[in-house]
Amino acid sequence: MIEVKSLVKTYGHKRAVDGVSFTVRPGDILGFLGPNGAGKSTTMKMITGYIRPDAGTATVAGIDVAQDPVAVKSRIGYLPESAPAYGEMTVLEFLNFIAEVRGYRSCAERHDRVERALARTHLEPVRRQAIETLSKGYKQRVGFAQALLHEPPCLVLDEPTDGLDPNQKNEVRALIKTMAADRAVILSTHILEEVDAICNRIILISNGRVVVDETPEAFHARRPGARLDAIFRELTNADA
Amino acid sequence: MSQITPVFKREFLGYFRSPVAYVFLIVFLVASVGLAFFVGGFFKANQASLQSFFVFHPWLYLFLIPAVGMRLWAEERRGGTIELLFTLPLTTLDAVLGKFFAAWAFLALALALTFPLALTVGWLGDPDWGVIAAGYLGSALMAGAYLAVCALLSSLTKNQVIAFVLGVVVNLALVFLGWSVFNGLLSGFLPVAAVDFIANLGFIPHFDALSKGILDPRDFAYFGSVIALALTLNVVALER
Repeated sequence: MIEVKSLVKTYGHKRAVDGVSFTVRPGDILGFLGPNGAGKSTTMKMITGYIRPDAGTATVAGIDVAQDPVAVKSRIGYLPESAPAYGEMTVLEFLNFIAEVRGYRSCAERHDRVERALARTHLEPVRRQAIETLSKGYKQRVGFAQALLHEPPCLVLDEPTDGLDPNQKNEVRALIKTMAADRAVILSTHILEEVDAICNRIILISNGRVVVDETPEAFHARRPGARLDAIFRELTNADA
Repeated sequence: MSQITPVFKREFLGYFRSPVAYVFLIVFLVASVGLAFFVGGFFKANQASLQSFFVFHPWLYLFLIPAVGMRLWAEERRGGTIELLFTLPLTTLDAVLGKFFAAWAFLALALALTFPLALTVGWLGDPDWGVIAAGYLGSALMAGAYLAVCALLSSLTKNQVIAFVLGVVVNLALVFLGWSVFNGLLSGFLPVAAVDFIANLGFIPHFDALSKGILDPRDFAYFGSVIALALTLNVVALER
C-alpha cells in the first residue's frame, strides 16, 4: 500500500533522510521509532507530499507521489506533529471545511461524514467550540477527526499521543487499533510501550537511515529480558 | 479547480471570525471618506463626481492592503496549518487562488460599503454614473494588484511584520514609478519616451484613466498582468 524506495532529503549539508526504504501493507500498524532529528517526520512529510524528495520514490496505492500528488493526498489521512488546525474556526466548521475539500459536496453527505468523525473521536461535547480554546487532548482529537473523516486506506500519524494524559493515550491507541483493521498505518512515536501496545512492525531510524525493520517480538529478542529503551539506546548510540 | 471554492469560503468567512474584518472595514471607510472631505475638499470642489474620493486610493491602499495581505501565507506558516493545507488533495494553485480571491472579495466589500458617498452625489447632483462605475472598477483592480504583490511577499516569510513592511515598500515603488512628482524629476534627465515607459509601469496612470471613465484595454491588461505575474510567482515560491 505504501512503498518507500531509497528516499533522500538533504538540508544544506545535513542528510536528514539518507536512503530510507520500506513497505507498509494493509493491516500493518508500523511503529516509526528514532531519536529526535533522525528523519521520521521528514520521511512522513515526503510520503504525504508536503516535501519533495531529493531522490527516491514514495508510492501510495501504486501512485507515485511525485507524479500525482493530489491523488495520493486523497488516499491518505495525515495527522501532522502538533495537530495544526485553524484555531478561530469551531470544530464543526473546521471538519466541514475538510469534508468539502475531501470531495463531500452535498450537505447531507458532509453532515453524515462529520457526525461520524465527531462520534468516533468523542468530540460531540465541543463541536461548537473554537479550536484555539480547546485543551491539548481535544485539539489532538480534532486532528484525528480530520485524518479519518474520509475513511482513507492509509493513515500517517506523527506522534499522535504526544502531550496526552494516560487516559487519553489509551483512548487514542484503542482508536488506532480499530481504524487499522484493513488499513496501512504508520505512526511515529517516542513512547516505546506504545509500540508493544499497538504496533505489529517496528522501524527504527537513526541519522536518516533504517537501522531496524522487524516485528516487536524480534526487536525484543535482540536482548531477551532487556527493556525496550535499552535496546533502543544500544541501536541508536552505535550510529552516533 | 473546484477545490478553490472550499478554500475561498474558509478564508472569506475567516475574516469575520475575528475582529480583523471589522477593524479594517471601519478604518478603511473612515480614512477613505475622511480624506475625500478634509483633504480633497469633496463638497468645495462642487463637482458631481467622485474624483476627490478616488484620487487618494493609491496612497490609502499602500498601508491598508499590506495589513490584509501580510497574513495570507505568513500566518499559515507560523501556525503550522500550511502543512495541513498542502497535504489536502488540492494543488498549490487552488490554494493560492482561493486565498487571493477571498482577500480580494473582502477588499471589494470594503469598497462597496462606500456606496453612501456615491448615493449622496447622485442626490445632490447629476453625476455620470458610467464614470463612477469605472472608478470603482479601477479601484477594485488596483486593490487586486496591490494584494497580489502582498500575497507574494507574504509567501516568502514566516513573519507578518516583514511581510507588511516589504508589502509597503514594493507597492510604494510601484506607486512612485507613476507618480507625477517623480516623473517630473526623471524628465529632467531622461527622454520623454523613457519617462513615459517608466511611468506606465506604475499604478497611478492606469488608475487615473479608469477613474476618469476611460476604459482602455491596456489599463485592464496592466492590472491583469501584475496580478497574474504576482500569483504565478506566489505558486513558484510555495512549491520550492
